Amino acid sequence: MYAIIVGAGKVGSNLARELIGKEHEVTLIESSRPRYLTIEEEFEHAVHYGDATELWVLERAGIQRADLVIAVTGDDEDNILVCQVAKEKYLCDRIIARVNNPRNHDHFRLLGIQPAVSATDLILRLIEHEVPRYGLVHLLALEEERLEIIELEVSDGAPTVGERVMDISLPEGSLIISVLRGGSGFVPKPDTVIEAGDEVLLVLDPGLEEAITAYFAPNGQPIRI
Amino acid sequence: MFVLIVGAGRVGSAVAKSALSSGHEVSVLDEDPLSHERLDAGQDKSWEDSGGQFTVGTALETEALVHAGIDRADVFIASTAGDNTNLVIAQLAQRRFEVEKVIVRVMDPARASWYGEQGLHTISPTKHAIEMFEMALQPEPV
Repeated sequence: MYAIIVGAGKVGSNLARELIGKEHEVTLIESSRPRYLTIEEEFEHAVHYGDATELWVLERAGIQRADLVIAVTGDDEDNILVCQVAKEKYLCDRIIARVNNPRNHDHFRLLGIQPAVSATDLILRLIEHEVPRYGLVHLLALEEERLEIIELEVSDGAPTVGERVMDISLPEGSLIISVLRGGSGFVPKPDTVIEAGDEVLLVLDPGLEEAITAYFAPNGQPIRI
Repeated sequence: MFVLIVGAGRVGSAVAKSALSSGHEVSVLDEDPLSHERLDAGQDKSWEDSGGQFTVGTALETEALVHAGIDRADVFIASTAGDNTNLVIAQLAQRRFEVEKVIVRVMDPARASWYGEQGLHTISPTKHAIEMFEMALQPEPV
């Protein structure tokens, strides 16, 4: 696989090192001359000096044959534009963008820059995963496929407590895929009985969060990130 | 018409002044409060007294754009110092806020052309400068 990584800061250079270690071909593009000179000692010809929002710089790096373009500069506008040009002008199959300011996440989405990864959002999700007072945690959203995976802690007195999975008629478009109990997880069988305190993982169509919450955690607050 | 201009440098402020004096409603958004002085410079009355609006804020922040009146803008002009900022906010104005007329300054001629093909109204001062130089270089007709 040939990957172009734009931005050779900590994220970019560590990614490059990992990908090169997995035998992939990588070109890093860095627009700061001092930074370029520093990392050129390690990456040699695999790092280019230039502003990757300029088309000729991307072309010099061989964007036409790139399988993957990753934009991880500290500037959200740059990351958006690099990915937009890679995807729409050079028809690159896969792009990944870094979101520096989580408030800009919507801009990435609006302009079709997906996946867009934000360290702040990832940490926020982990916090929610660790703090059970929230009823529902979004684990994964497959936006293109219009599916998401959520986690719910089953509260005392929820209508599903003591019920067998086969007897719980969930709304169409939702399915229990896993139960976490006593520190370990398993895939439920039809006769698995749901207990209070279980954490259930469900896959569902977006929009069903509230309906599902009523089954497992009637007092829980659905959380959206 | 309601004209929203983001970025009041030399170009943005001059366009803002002429739009205001031609009777348009004009709102300017700039992250630098000093840009306000550029709007006042050489005028008898202050920008606000002449009917202009000025918001201090970052162009990418939705709240700043909304405060500056993007929801009712008929024309959106992106003229900050950064090509990348201009291209992103122009697309936001077009796609999210559905502003009817969006004009964006792009210094880089290559991207001005490509984004122009994608349906953005781009203006590239660099491209014009190149053309002027090329014309000036041509031998004078005898």
